[in-house]
Amino acid sequence: MAGAVKAPRSIDDRIFRFGTGVFAAIVLLLVVGIGFELFRQSWLSITKFGLHFWTTRTWDPVAGDFGALPFIWGTLYSSLIALMLSTPIALGIAIFTSELAPRMLRQPLAYLTELLAAIPSIVYGLWGIFVLVPMVRRLELATPEWLKKVPLFHGPPLGVGMLTAALILAVMVIPFTSSVAREILKGVPMNQREAAYALGATRWEAIQVAIGFGRTGIIGAIMLGLGRALGETMAVTMVIGNNPQISASLFAPQYTMSAVIANEFTEAADELYLNALVEIGLLLFIITIAVNGISRLLIWSMKKRVRVAAATAPPPALVEERAA
Amino acid sequence: MSNSVRRRVVSRIAEALCALAVVIALVPLVLILGYVIKQGAGSLNWAFFTQMPKPVGEIGGGMANAIFGTVVLIAIASFLAVPIGCICGIHLAEYPHTRFSSVVRFAADVLNGVPSIVIGIVAYSLVVLPVKRFSAIAGGVALGMLMIPIVVRTTEELIRLVPSGLREGALALGATRTRSVITVILPAALPGILTGVLVAIARVAGETAPLLFTSFNNRFWSTSLVQPIGSLTVQIFTYAISPYDDWHRQAWAGAFLLVMMILTLSIVARLAVRRLERMNRP
Repeated sequence: MAGAVKAPRSIDDRIFRFGTGVFAAIVLLLVVGIGFELFRQSWLSITKFGLHFWTTRTWDPVAGDFGALPFIWGTLYSSLIALMLSTPIALGIAIFTSELAPRMLRQPLAYLTELLAAIPSIVYGLWGIFVLVPMVRRLELATPEWLKKVPLFHGPPLGVGMLTAALILAVMVIPFTSSVAREILKGVPMNQREAAYALGATRWEAIQVAIGFGRTGIIGAIMLGLGRALGETMAVTMVIGNNPQISASLFAPQYTMSAVIANEFTEAADELYLNALVEIGLLLFIITIAVNGISRLLIWSMKKRVRVAAATAPPPALVEERAA
Repeated sequence: MSNSVRRRVVSRIAEALCALAVVIALVPLVLILGYVIKQGAGSLNWAFFTQMPKPVGEIGGGMANAIFGTVVLIAIASFLAVPIGCICGIHLAEYPHTRFSSVVRFAADVLNGVPSIVIGIVAYSLVVLPVKRFSAIAGGVALGMLMIPIVVRTTEELIRLVPSGLREGALALGATRTRSVITVILPAALPGILTGVLVAIARVAGETAPLLFTSFNNRFWSTSLVQPIGSLTVQIFTYAISPYDDWHRQAWAGAFLLVMMILTLSIVARLAVRRLERMNRP
């Protein structure tokens, strides 16, 4: 857009470009700075425990011995279950609000589902404690004995635990995945679907073609949701039970990386303890940076492909107008 | 023939499942909002806004200090994030295709995905640790860091909504870029930028995790920026995990207030963006 007209080159313009660029550089610096600070504040723990920190499960502030494995397990396990629950629902929403719903309803429905992202984490947590936990406890009490022998459903009927946390996480993650997936689907050129219809495809088969075209971006959308789930703190802290154990059971109270930071940070009296907690934060930072970075790259490369496809599309009269 | 019938049936079922997915997502939305309204609206009273928290065991009291604290924290955060975020957004919109802009855009998106608790740790180590005291400033810095990427991206997008004819007109008249931005583009984009700031405030107003060990909590009225300060969200958290019924009631009232505030902000922002889009459609 700016490239269409060449502005007169003057000192003035160079100052403008440099001046605003400095502020833009602050954002870059912020990301690097966060990583650096986390490194610096966890150095004691990194040098003392090394890899040991990630592979052991003692968490003993009194003896000064720290292993973060149960927290890593809890974070990964809860996010994975949440993703398994949220992905089909989020994709369904994206498909319905971009392809199937009556035109009048598309925007309002999309907006309503996105409201899920506007509810603060603490409110999810509050609702979780007082409504969802009792509901899950009833469910656990109603679980038949023979089913409880399966490791997945082993454990006391507490209500708090992995299942409750994963359910809340799933709901929280849905809007992030669905809104990006919807944008991607809206960007898929009409001719992809038209070609499918021309070959006699049903509506669903045409949608599958569109999904196939947009798969890179849709994977990006799912990873964006994963990034959210990994870092979510308050809601999970309030319902997961905060018990550092490694268990496959959905009913067992467990612990996550963000939850242990939230709970213990203010009481970390000695330096090593604090460093150990910051090191957990550092790992969380590295994981989410990687997940989000890959997700963004996928979504961007998808958008670029959409633009290229749009540029080589058949006459515009046949193509429905869509914002890329 | 039966094959084609089967395919059509499969298509119908799949379409119905997609509609079902929307319903499934709306169920928790309705349940949560409904419960917050039911529990919160009844508990919200004048005292909630005007009184201080009562000691344990005494019924009543309010969250005046926490409401004030949240306003203070958001003000500090905006003071930090709005100038940086807006100017960065202007740069991205004016020089959209340089490599530097792509890298910054990527950094902003990645920063947006960093868990808020991690941002809290950084604010702790930068602001709290050197002086060994929790403070309102530390909380504001944490929220500010969370706001920056949101302000950057919305500013950029909303400046891009300004019709290119306006910019080209200014440049054609011989204006330098600085002049065209300051006198033409910014005034046209201002409502959009304000909207972006609203969106960012709505997003950070509900944050709890980064405040736990930066602004901490304070049951008393505090106007000092270098002392711990209460906030709605941390207060809700403290009350939620306490064993007292009256505190639970107040937690719900706080949640109600918070949700209403955030929903209002985001609906206003949504309407404003839609109006801008309609106004600027070529």
